[in-house]
Amino acid sequence: METNKTLANESRLVDENKGLKNKIITLVTRWEGMLALILIGMVIVFSNITPYFLDYFNLMNATFTFMEKAILALPMIFVILSGDIDISVAAIIALSSFAMGFGSSMGLGTGEIIIIGVIVGGLAGAFNGLFIIKFGIPPIAVTLASLSLFRGISQAILEDQAFTKYPEGFSYFGQGYIKGTLIPFELVFFLILAAGFAYVLHKTSYGRKLYAIGNSPTAARFSGVQVDRIRFTNFVLNGLFAGVVAVLLTSRIGSTRPNIAQGWELEAITLVVLGGVSITGGKGNIVGVLLSIFLIGYLKFGMGLINMSAKVMIITTGFLLILAVLLPVIMDSVKKANKLRYQRRS
Amino acid sequence: MKKLLTVLLALTLVGTMFAGGQQEDKGDQPLKIVLLVKSLGNGFFEAVADGGVEAAAELGNVESIYMGPSSATAEGQIDIIETLIAQRVDGIAISANDRDALIPVTKKAMAAGIQVISFDSGIAAGGRTIDLIPSVSELIGRQQVQLIAELTDYKGQVAVLSATSQATNQNAWIEWMYEEIKDPKYKDMELVEVVYGDDAADKSYREAVGLMQKYPNLSGIISPTTVGVLAASKAIEDENMKGKVQITGLGLPSEMQHYVENGTCGQMALWNPVDLGYTSTMILEALITEKVAGNEGDMIKVGRMGDVKVGTDGVTVMGTPFVFNKENIATYAAMF
Repeated sequence: METNKTLANESRLVDENKGLKNKIITLVTRWEGMLALILIGMVIVFSNITPYFLDYFNLMNATFTFMEKAILALPMIFVILSGDIDISVAAIIALSSFAMGFGSSMGLGTGEIIIIGVIVGGLAGAFNGLFIIKFGIPPIAVTLASLSLFRGISQAILEDQAFTKYPEGFSYFGQGYIKGTLIPFELVFFLILAAGFAYVLHKTSYGRKLYAIGNSPTAARFSGVQVDRIRFTNFVLNGLFAGVVAVLLTSRIGSTRPNIAQGWELEAITLVVLGGVSITGGKGNIVGVLLSIFLIGYLKFGMGLINMSAKVMIITTGFLLILAVLLPVIMDSVKKANKLRYQRRS
Repeated sequence: MKKLLTVLLALTLVGTMFAGGQQEDKGDQPLKIVLLVKSLGNGFFEAVADGGVEAAAELGNVESIYMGPSSATAEGQIDIIETLIAQRVDGIAISANDRDALIPVTKKAMAAGIQVISFDSGIAAGGRTIDLIPSVSELIGRQQVQLIAELTDYKGQVAVLSATSQATNQNAWIEWMYEEIKDPKYKDMELVEVVYGDDAADKSYREAVGLMQKYPNLSGIISPTTVGVLAASKAIEDENMKGKVQITGLGLPSEMQHYVENGTCGQMALWNPVDLGYTSTMILEALITEKVAGNEGDMIKVGRMGDVKVGTDGVTVMGTPFVFNKENIATYAAMF
């Protein structure tokens, strides 16, 4: 009898321990949980080593340095989620900014320039989509080509010159604050966009179809999903928002050179992948990407505050990215092994 | 999930409390002066940083900070300037990747009470107080003639091996060479011809050989371009004219070390990045401590570089290019 009792007690204890352990495991294996922990750890570390980090003005102002890349990441979630890739977005920014600069030099006003910027972006995205969907060329090949083409146009015409004359008032979008506050317009604009993308991704059939396509385009097609139309729309959206980013960036720096936004396509993809969106498609959510945006943004800001070299920042981002790619794989195999052991025991 | 959020929130609050205890007052802290360069990993800019450290050591109350983006983009520099504004540094000297794109953010920095100047590669007026340029055409042109005269003992025929015939810089310098050689002390010297090597190594080499064949009594070549001076030095050695034909010009120490050390090229000049970093830091310190306002006509004391005068639109000339010779070339060859 007595031995039985202790045994029962012990097993309950073990169960409780196991429950806690499982909770921790689920928390850490949930990528967003992991990102949130890193984000908070980072905030604590930086707050303690520099007095300039947890400062309302600084935290607000720092968002200027990463909001544009953050906006690029939003439609990129759709592209990557459905198993595609687009490495031409930074080149689209260059082309779009070039078109705006040209328009401005012809005497167009703020409103017209913005429309030009966004439309050129959308057209460039449609150009990508056309070749990828209609001719069935792999997206990496098409966007690799258009990356050179789009920036090349700007390079060929501008050479080492720049458009620097923009109308009065145009600078608000990239440099301005919400009236009467220290909140940058770009930040508010991004949050509204993010809410919109979150809604589409998680609350509409369009979003669910993205997951279906990413998991298996063939299966999705057989279940009646218009795969081609959705993929095409993704590329147009990606171009369109690259155009929007071109408006913001050009407004912020007031100058268009052919090398504008060089390398930003990789930074946008980094944000998406680090946010837990599987690079092969079908997995991921918007919360993870939002966390990764603020994590990377404030990590770079914090490292800048303590005058850490740009090289260290690159290495850190690279390290996080490898972690982002590796950890799910490791966790998966751990889970599988656990499951196997459990099955064997029973 | 709710529990988790509460824990996270609590942790953040704890972090904030620690941070709150860290506020420091700026009383006797050294002035933070930043040298922001085009990109990291460039020997020229590493030497600029050395100059900043030298000036800081001399001034005593200055901390010299060296920063740059990992690739040479305006966006990268803007991000860094935002963090510099956030940590309230006292002054920033910038070698800009884009003379216009940095203006909005440097204006923001100036509005926050930070002194901003540019050097080497300037920011357009309005985005900085002073733009420090290494030298001006007159000083460069006149110095080139003085250098070759010292090498040829003020005697003989001299020719110029330039870049392209349309090169604005070189043409302006050559005009000043003609001006300088009018001085009576050069009465035994003659500037016979200007040839163009188009800044291509092979064409410059052929033009140099051509000069030596055309003028058997040639005593010196001036090549105010880094490609030309290197090609001409090689041509002089290959033609066995070392000692008979002297060469000077504007050259990179790392490329020219061999020829300067073996005497083919007795001396040459170029702006010195160490001096640029040194002078920028000195100027910023003077502006921050309000020794000068940086208005046109102001004279600024710059330690071992003497005085510099602020010109129109804040453009300020550092001085004559630095002269490299057998004694100092090795040090600078390691830098750029």
